[in-house]
Amino acid sequence: MNNTLVWTKKDLLGLEYLTKEEIELILSTADSFKEVSTREIKKVPALRGKTVVNLFYEPSTRTRVSFEVAAKRLSADVINIASETSSVKKGETLIDTGRNIQALKADIIVMRHNYSGAAVVLARNVDLSVVNAGDGWHEHPTQALLDIFTLKEKLGKISGLNVTIVGDIAHSRVARSNIWGLAKLGAHVTVCAPQVLIPPAIDELGVRVLHDIDAALKDADAVNVLRMQFERDEESAFPKQMEYFQNYGITQERLKKVKKNIVIMHPGPINRGIEMSSEVADGANSVILEQVTNGIAVRMAVLFLVAQARDNKSSQG
Amino acid sequence: MREKAKILDKESINRAVMRIAHEILEKNKGTQDLCLIGIRNRGAFLAQRLADAIRKIDNAGVPVGALDITLYRDDLTLISTQPLVRKTEIDFDITDKNVVLVDDVLYTGRTIRAALDALIDFGRPRSIQLAVLIDRGHRELPIRADYAGKNIPTANNETVDVRLEEVDGRDEAVIVGKDE
Repeated sequence: MNNTLVWTKKDLLGLEYLTKEEIELILSTADSFKEVSTREIKKVPALRGKTVVNLFYEPSTRTRVSFEVAAKRLSADVINIASETSSVKKGETLIDTGRNIQALKADIIVMRHNYSGAAVVLARNVDLSVVNAGDGWHEHPTQALLDIFTLKEKLGKISGLNVTIVGDIAHSRVARSNIWGLAKLGAHVTVCAPQVLIPPAIDELGVRVLHDIDAALKDADAVNVLRMQFERDEESAFPKQMEYFQNYGITQERLKKVKKNIVIMHPGPINRGIEMSSEVADGANSVILEQVTNGIAVRMAVLFLVAQARDNKSSQG
Repeated sequence: MREKAKILDKESINRAVMRIAHEILEKNKGTQDLCLIGIRNRGAFLAQRLADAIRKIDNAGVPVGALDITLYRDDLTLISTQPLVRKTEIDFDITDKNVVLVDDVLYTGRTIRAALDALIDFGRPRSIQLAVLIDRGHRELPIRADYAGKNIPTANNETVDVRLEEVDGRDEAVIVGKDE
């Protein structure tokens, strides 16, 4: 057991900025927190008296609810701000909003923002802790942490695993955070998508790029299936959805040719019949709902660690 | 920091555990509704040793759990090194049970206060008793041990380190003093 590592960062902005040891500390802390949600009284007083503000500039239900549940199970007070119903609509800048929240003596801002880098900018301009809940196409660190946590729980390790990420890699913060985290922990990452959905220079991150799904699944220990966001397209998406499912959709047929115990993950919400068939989504290899449960433990660990780092700093002067 | 005195060796730790096991059985009139919960880290190993001793004496098993109280502490920001959050493992219902809480050293009583808070979140035990290997005094809360292996007067600037084979590779308890 590693007793020497101390978490000192007041923020969690992305897995790019963390060391392997810091990622492992979050995972082991989350492992301890998982038990809290199985108690009759699902609550510990660790963040009693702390205020967590969920500041969401993009609509999100699952991530916001997961953070809200996590904060409440730590006994923090939670305030939700959605940009559509706030002074953001009146033209307030991000930094001003952050400073106002700081003036309310809140302790942690959990932020989802449509601009890449927004969390980094906010964290530099406020003293309170900032947890990135997704910024543009940049990072979504807690999603990747819960993916990695679930994978480690299922397969016992991360180092040496072959993990394939399928879908819109170019516009996916989930993919980016997973690539950083998995690479730091020693996994081999393959990304698989049509060329238009592969960002330029992705191989500089040390990943293998494949366009053929069967080749990408062949040696995979796990596959993380990203959500396709066809609803953002203007013209009718149906023919494209059919084509995508045929070429990249995960089906029982495709799984016959891969490792028997392949772990199938999806950050949700699933488009059944587009990214994967219903049989696969509900099948024995799917850990999609376990990801949701693990997300609470991972977010509890993150909130606990950043809050403590901030407390330690202020008590030292 | 230097070791001032060895207060318990392997033999005396064994004898203390055996005596406490007898006392627990005497006070609770057997193992009916009895369970042991150790406070992580070393209390959890002591609880397991007590359970083994009880089995030897009474030929009956008692459930053993482990409790991590990091999330219930009132001094999180006062300790210089960040505590590691460890796993709590209590896989039985403590409602209506006689719970013996086990720790290595009883000092200010704040750890026990936190453990009582944590335990009560798991259910409503009939009673909670406290067993410690060493009581070193200096209580800051109205808490006392029902079973103590050894009472040792100490100064506030000393610390008592209990080492157990399961964690430290050997069994002993020492008083450590700050260098003048």
